[in-house]
Amino acid sequence: MDRRKNRKKAAFRRKCIQLASALLYNANFAGFASGTIYKGDPKGVCVPGLNCYSCPGAVAACPLGSLQNALSAMPNKLPLYIVGILMLLGLSLGRLICGFLCPFGLIQELLHKIPGKKIKKGQWSRKLSWLKYAVLAVFVVAIPLWYAFTSGYPLPGFCKYICPAGTLEGGIPLVAMREEYRSLAGWLFTWKTGLCAAILLLCVFCYRAFCRFLCPLGAIYSLFSRVALLAFRVDAGKCDGCGLCTRACQMDVAHVGDRECIQCGQCRHICPRGAIYFGWERKQTHESEKTMSDSAADSHSPAGGMPERQ
Amino acid sequence: MTKQRVTQLALAVCGLAFLILGAAQGGYQTTMAKAVRICMECIGIG
Repeated sequence: MDRRKNRKKAAFRRKCIQLASALLYNANFAGFASGTIYKGDPKGVCVPGLNCYSCPGAVAACPLGSLQNALSAMPNKLPLYIVGILMLLGLSLGRLICGFLCPFGLIQELLHKIPGKKIKKGQWSRKLSWLKYAVLAVFVVAIPLWYAFTSGYPLPGFCKYICPAGTLEGGIPLVAMREEYRSLAGWLFTWKTGLCAAILLLCVFCYRAFCRFLCPLGAIYSLFSRVALLAFRVDAGKCDGCGLCTRACQMDVAHVGDRECIQCGQCRHICPRGAIYFGWERKQTHESEKTMSDSAADSHSPAGGMPERQ
Repeated sequence: MTKQRVTQLALAVCGLAFLILGAAQGGYQTTMAKAVRICMECIGIG
């Protein structure tokens, strides 16, 4: 009973943090009334989560948009600034950013609360989760680089053809508010709006569908999953490999803290042995060597509770 | 020091060095210049 209460409390706390970060990223409330965007100094710095810098409320830059823009400036200028920011964010927080600091993640989670039949995860979704790395390689890296080297024309492939956050936060409000953009909206706007609507609709049935299958920012942060300083971790000394944590998780995790884990921490209150903790130091309770070796063996089972990441 | 700590330290040093070098070569201004204009591609116009 206590575990359920604690889980609800933790979920509520996480929602508050998600909401606060969404408001903080989009604190230029006047922009929504005037249909203009913020032009102050913080716009030269990126927020950690996916948040379009053309949103009327945005007070800082989008990391993905900035990365594509920086890649478009090659070969004259290396994208060191934005790569440095992403490395430091990935190293310090990893996918904790997806779980706590991404406004588009919050939108998807709220949509998933709409009652109805839900699509369950499985081997298919775990395999499909590799798609986001292809999106990262093709739309975020290859297309901007190709255009930069062949024509010198900056083309942010992901922003232009896919990004639902740009359409929802920037495109729809600006086109709705400004006549000059309305008259320019053509096939691309129709495509992006349709794709955005399809993704949002899918999120009603499938938990965080965009994060799991398409988000290249999540793909970047997932590269840091093994080394992120702040993370939910498993105490190998306490874990008996029962796999309750991974079965209860709505993401396609094979074990706590892997590339698909968004560090939401819900598993912490599910674990009957209290083996999952939050922090930056590795812990290993030395209560029983046997338990540790048992859990290590069990970690290879499909249900897969996992001892501490190395 | 464990292998993980060495990797973390290397990433922190590289990240910080990239950030400082990038800022020195005008990365902040490049990001700023893009972010203060409405991005036509992002909103689905251009």
